[in-house]
Amino acid sequence: MSEGAPVATKFTDAQLAEVRRLQALYPDPRGALLPVLHMAQETFGYVSLETEEYVAGLFDLSPAHVHEVVTFYTLYFRERPGRHVVSVCHNLSCHLAGASGIIAHLKKRLGVSPGETTDDGRVTLLSVECLCACEAAPMMQVDDRYELNLTPAKVDQILEGLA
Amino acid sequence: MSGEAILTRNFARSDSHTLSVYRETGGYQAWAKAQAMEPAAILEEVKRSNLRGLGGAGFPTGTKWSFIPKNHAGPVYLVINADEGEPGTFKDRYLLERDPHALIEGMLIAARAVRCATAFVYIRGEYVEPWRRFTAAVREAYEARYLGNGFDIVVHRGAGAYICGEETGLISSLEGKKGWPKLKPPFPAIKGAFGAPTVVNNVETICQVPHILNRGAEWFAGLGTKTQGGTRMYSVSGRVARPAVYEAPVSITLRQLIYERAGGVTGNGKLKAVVPGGSSAAILAAHEIDVTMDVDGLRNAGTMAGSAGVIVMDETVSIPEALMVVARFYAHESCGQCTPCRESTGWIYKMTRRIVERKGRKEDLDTILDVAKRGAGTTICAFYDGAVGPYISYIEKFRGEFEALVPK
Repeated sequence: MSEGAPVATKFTDAQLAEVRRLQALYPDPRGALLPVLHMAQETFGYVSLETEEYVAGLFDLSPAHVHEVVTFYTLYFRERPGRHVVSVCHNLSCHLAGASGIIAHLKKRLGVSPGETTDDGRVTLLSVECLCACEAAPMMQVDDRYELNLTPAKVDQILEGLA
Repeated sequence: MSGEAILTRNFARSDSHTLSVYRETGGYQAWAKAQAMEPAAILEEVKRSNLRGLGGAGFPTGTKWSFIPKNHAGPVYLVINADEGEPGTFKDRYLLERDPHALIEGMLIAARAVRCATAFVYIRGEYVEPWRRFTAAVREAYEARYLGNGFDIVVHRGAGAYICGEETGLISSLEGKKGWPKLKPPFPAIKGAFGAPTVVNNVETICQVPHILNRGAEWFAGLGTKTQGGTRMYSVSGRVARPAVYEAPVSITLRQLIYERAGGVTGNGKLKAVVPGGSSAAILAAHEIDVTMDVDGLRNAGTMAGSAGVIVMDETVSIPEALMVVARFYAHESCGQCTPCRESTGWIYKMTRRIVERKGRKEDLDTILDVAKRGAGTTICAFYDGAVGPYISYIEKFRGEFEALVPK
């Protein structure tokens, strides 16, 4: 889909069947709200207000309830992130292993600060709390993967691999 | 003291997560045994083993199970807390990735003890690989008919919020809400997930259960101290030569863990301080490390065993900077429900930051201590009490370092 084009905020029939399957796993279908929001984000790229309203309709919940949930958690993006999300841990064990140097290096390489996305839409950089891989500090999460025992050279290598 | 590897015995194998390896190494034998036992007998065995919760609170597991009403007419739920997030802790990640069937087998046994037919495993959203591994193991367990015969497991992914590791916050989140903790009572055992009696147990706690059934409560109790049985997995990180997960009897001392298991301080440096049980545990100074790492040993030392996340700091580490990093975490993760926590965590972070930036005021340290102490015990959940542990201990034990940063 092209930038700025209206996004069809609608699941396919197969996805709607998956929503119903997830809802049936819980004693109250609302238990599936977080999993369905994950699905929505994977499908639409982020969770817009329109998406919140659409998902609310699938659960017979108010859009306000869904908004409250979406804004409470860190993993739902309310704006379209870059094609890759790089989340550097800045908590204690990573701090002791030089996380601030890794963050400074990433800022320089990408030309953005944590919370920002590169102009070409390639990378969103985040600075996050403990990802629980402290034995391999400093570390970061790149999309689904944990990247461990970082050095500036290793960070460069990882960035080169991101299309 | 090295001791026998129990929970981690298969970790060196690259295929340790598969059903075939699990079975080959004695897996699902405890479940076979449990099926011939009355629920009350399983519960009694776990009680006698002195197994205590390994997620943070250290509550006796058998006692927790015994709070579930015996003749409850409706459903009872088992919820596994795999929302690992306590800074300095990474043991559950290893268990989910390397021994997921141990968790499934433990859940089967626990579910029989509390008469539960449906369980939920709440895995933190960032743990994508552990979630994949565990989901694949659940699939294998269904195919092998361990699951689906009156007991089902639902794997649930969180979405990024430390507070969901608090059991009532986790329940709120599982119910499709923001992860706000709930006032107790009612306790989850009476009114938990979806309003039903619920047991919430940590991953590692439940992974211990098959071993207790296989080898007996006395064996398990004998591995530990008088009040806590077994081994546990210590996550050791920070300024040590070999940061890693180390399994050890809970009677191991902090000194042994650092020097005999983790190879001592990085570059043979000088030890300054250690966080013994995840960032919410009060810090210990270098001279305080001759303590046993069980729940009561660390409580008697004025700190806590918590999640057994051991973070080592040497003489190169600035304690004020470390507190600033920790204070930033609590300010970010406060769920905002209770005023003392929401306000204090934010202000204390700001004050520690300005001290580190050499813009602090002389009275800041006493203000932080005063605010910290006033708020303790006034909130719905233990999150703020967990923040108070570091606030007070870092400042009281290393006050000179803070004062040196305050402009004269």
